[in-house]
Amino acid sequence: MASIDESKVLSAKQQLDVKNQRLVRKLLWMLLGSLLFAFALVPIYNVLCTMTGLNGKTQNSATLLAKAKIDNSRWVNVQFTSSVMSGLGWNFYPKTTSVRVHPGQIETVIFVAKNTTNEVVVGQAIPSVTPGIAAANLKKIECFCFIRQSLKPGEEKAMPLRFFVSPDLPKDVSDMTLSYSFFPAVQLK
Amino acid sequence: MSTTTVAHHDDHAEHPTGIMRWLTTTNHKDIGTMYLTFSLIMFFVGGAMILGIRAELFKPGLQLINPEFFNQLIGVHALIMIFAALMPAATGFANWMIPLQIGAPDMALPRLNNWGFWLLPPSAILLTLPFTLALFGIGDGALATGWTFYPPLSIQGGIGVDFAIFAVHLLGISSVLGSINIIVTVFNMRAPGMTLMKMPMFVWGWLITAFLLIATIPVLAGAVTMLLTDRHFGTHFFDAAGGGDPIMFQHLFWFFGHPEVYILLLPVWGFIPQILETFSRKPMYGYKAQVYSFWAVGVLSVVVWAHHFFTSGMPVPALLYFMYSTMAISLPLAVMFFCWIKTMWKGSMSFETPMLFTVGWIILFGIGGLTGLVLADVAADAQYHNSYFIVAHFHYTLFAGGIMGIMAGTYYWLPKMTGHMYNEKLGKLHFWLTAISFNLTFIPQFFLGLAGMPRRIPDYALQFAEFNMISSIAAFTLGLSQLLFVYNIVTCARGGKKATAQVWEGAQGLEWTLPSPPPYHSFTEQPTVK
Repeated sequence: MASIDESKVLSAKQQLDVKNQRLVRKLLWMLLGSLLFAFALVPIYNVLCTMTGLNGKTQNSATLLAKAKIDNSRWVNVQFTSSVMSGLGWNFYPKTTSVRVHPGQIETVIFVAKNTTNEVVVGQAIPSVTPGIAAANLKKIECFCFIRQSLKPGEEKAMPLRFFVSPDLPKDVSDMTLSYSFFPAVQLK
Repeated sequence: MSTTTVAHHDDHAEHPTGIMRWLTTTNHKDIGTMYLTFSLIMFFVGGAMILGIRAELFKPGLQLINPEFFNQLIGVHALIMIFAALMPAATGFANWMIPLQIGAPDMALPRLNNWGFWLLPPSAILLTLPFTLALFGIGDGALATGWTFYPPLSIQGGIGVDFAIFAVHLLGISSVLGSINIIVTVFNMRAPGMTLMKMPMFVWGWLITAFLLIATIPVLAGAVTMLLTDRHFGTHFFDAAGGGDPIMFQHLFWFFGHPEVYILLLPVWGFIPQILETFSRKPMYGYKAQVYSFWAVGVLSVVVWAHHFFTSGMPVPALLYFMYSTMAISLPLAVMFFCWIKTMWKGSMSFETPMLFTVGWIILFGIGGLTGLVLADVAADAQYHNSYFIVAHFHYTLFAGGIMGIMAGTYYWLPKMTGHMYNEKLGKLHFWLTAISFNLTFIPQFFLGLAGMPRRIPDYALQFAEFNMISSIAAFTLGLSQLLFVYNIVTCARGGKKATAQVWEGAQGLEWTLPSPPPYHSFTEQPTVK
C-alpha cells in the first residue's frame, strides 16, 4: 500500500518538474527574444530616422540631382550654424550664415575650420537639420562631412558644401536650419 | 514506509542553523524574509543619501557637499530606491505570499529563488563601492549622471558609471530570475480549483509585473551594455562622431523605464483591494474589472515611453501619439480607483494601521496620477520638464504609491508572518507622521517646479529659499519617522500579543487559513478551492 502511494507521489512530482522545466524553457526564449529585440532596435532606429528625417538625420545621397526641377514659385531660407565639441581645438564657422534659395536650385556655401593647436588633428562633422520634417528634403551633393577632415597645426581650410532643397519640401516649411557639430574623429585601427 | 520518510522530511522545520540557514535556504518564507530585510536596509541607505541632498538644499548656496558629490547622491539614491528597496520589497512579498495565497507548498524553482536573492547584496555593494573607493583616491566617486545614464555624460563619466552598469546587470538578472519563478509558480502550482480568475489580486499584479520584467529588463541590460562597449571597446552606438545617436539611448532606456513604473506599482495595486475588503468587511467590488484594468495598464505601459523626453525633439505626430496614449493609461486606472472606492462604500469599516495606510495611499497616489496627466500634456510639459514638479510627481507615485503601499502590506501581513500583533498605537503614529511629513516635503516641490526651479542642481535662486527650507525640514521628519517602522517590526518579530490564524476579522483567502506564523513547510497537501 505504502509503496503504491510513494510511486504516485513521485510521479506527480516528476510530472510537475517536467511541466515546470517546459515553461521555464519557454520563458527563457522570451527573455532571449527581448534581448535580441533591444539590439535590433539600433538598426531599426537608424533606418526609421533616416527614412522619416526624425531627429534631423539627413540622407547622404546625391543621386536625385538630375531629377530635381527648380521651383521658381517659392523661396526657402536655409540657415547654417556650427559648433565644436569639447576635445577638438578648432575654430569652425560658416562664411555665410543664411541663403535664400528656390527648391531645386543648387547652392554652394563655404565653412571655415582652423586648427588652433600645434598638432595634426582629425575631425568629423555631423549634420543635423531642423525642422525634422524637412530633414529628408535637404540633399547634399558635396560636403566636408562626407569624409574626415585633417588639419595641420595652425592650418585654416575653406570647405565647400553643395546642396539643394528638394522641390517636394512640405508646403508649410519656409525656413530650415542646417547645423554642423565637429567632433574629434574616431580613431579607426 | 518510505512515504512516511518523505512526509517526515516535509513536515518538520529541519534546516541548518545560523548563517548557513540563510545562505543555503530554498524555503520561500526564509527567502521572502531576506528580501524584505534587505529592502528595509537599503531603504535607509537610499534615504540617508537623499537627506544629504535635502541638507544641502536647506539654504541657497553651497554649504555641505560639492556639486559632483551631489550629483552622485541623486543618481545612486534613485537606483537604490528603485532596484534595491522597492523591487526587492515586492519580490519579498511575492515569495512569502504567492505560495500561501494560491495554496502551493513552495515556489516552483526554489534554488533559482535563492540565487535570485543572493545576487542582490553584491549589486548593492557594486553600486555604493565607488563612494568608498573615492575616499582612498581611486576613481572620482559613484555614477554622477542621474539614474538615467544619459550619454554623452555617461560616456564621459568615471569608473562610477562602470560599477553602476555591472550593478544593473546583476539586478536585472536577479529580477528576471524572480519573474520566471513567479510565472512558473502561478501557472503550475495553484491549488486544485484555484482558477486564474479566482486568484487574489496581489498574485494577478505580480503575474503581469513578471511578464513586463521579462519583456523590458533585457532592453535595459542591452542599452547599458552598449554604453559599456561605447566607453571601453570603441563602438559608437550613442556617439554622434561615429554615426551613433545619443537620443537613441533615451528611447532604449525609457522603453524599459516606463514599464518599470508599473513594475513597481502593480504588486502594490494588488495589496490595496485585498486590504480594503478586509477592513470594509465586504467582498471587493469589480474583481474582473480590476484584473482587466491590470492587463490594460500592462499592455499600454510598453507603448508610451517617449513622454519622458518630449523636449528632446520629436515630430508633432509622434508627440501627439505619445501624449494621447499616455493619457489613455488613466482610463484603466480610473476604473481601479472606482472599484477601490466602491469596495469601501457602505462597508463596516475600521481603521487599523494597514487600512489607514491604504486609504491615505488612495488619496496620495491619486494626486500622483493627476499630476502625471498634467505632465503628459505636451504643451505643458515643456514648462515642467526637468523641474521640481516632476520630482514631486514621481515621489507621489513612487513614495506614496509604492512605498506607502508596501508599508500597508507590511502591517497587514506582519502578524501572519511573525505570529505576533504589532503595536497598533505606534503603527498609527507612524502613519500620521509619514503622511503629514510626506506631503509637507513634496507639496512645496510642486510649487518650486511651477516657479521654475530645475531638478538636479545643488544651488538655487533666493526666491526658492522658503519652500526648500520647509521641504528639507519635512524630509528629515519623514526620514526619522521611519525609525518607528523599524522599531515596530523588530519588536513584533521578537514577541507580543499572539496573532490568531485569521488575524483580521474580515480577512479572506488561503493564507489566513494557516496558523500564524505558518509552519516552515505549509500546504504540503494542497487545499481545494471551491
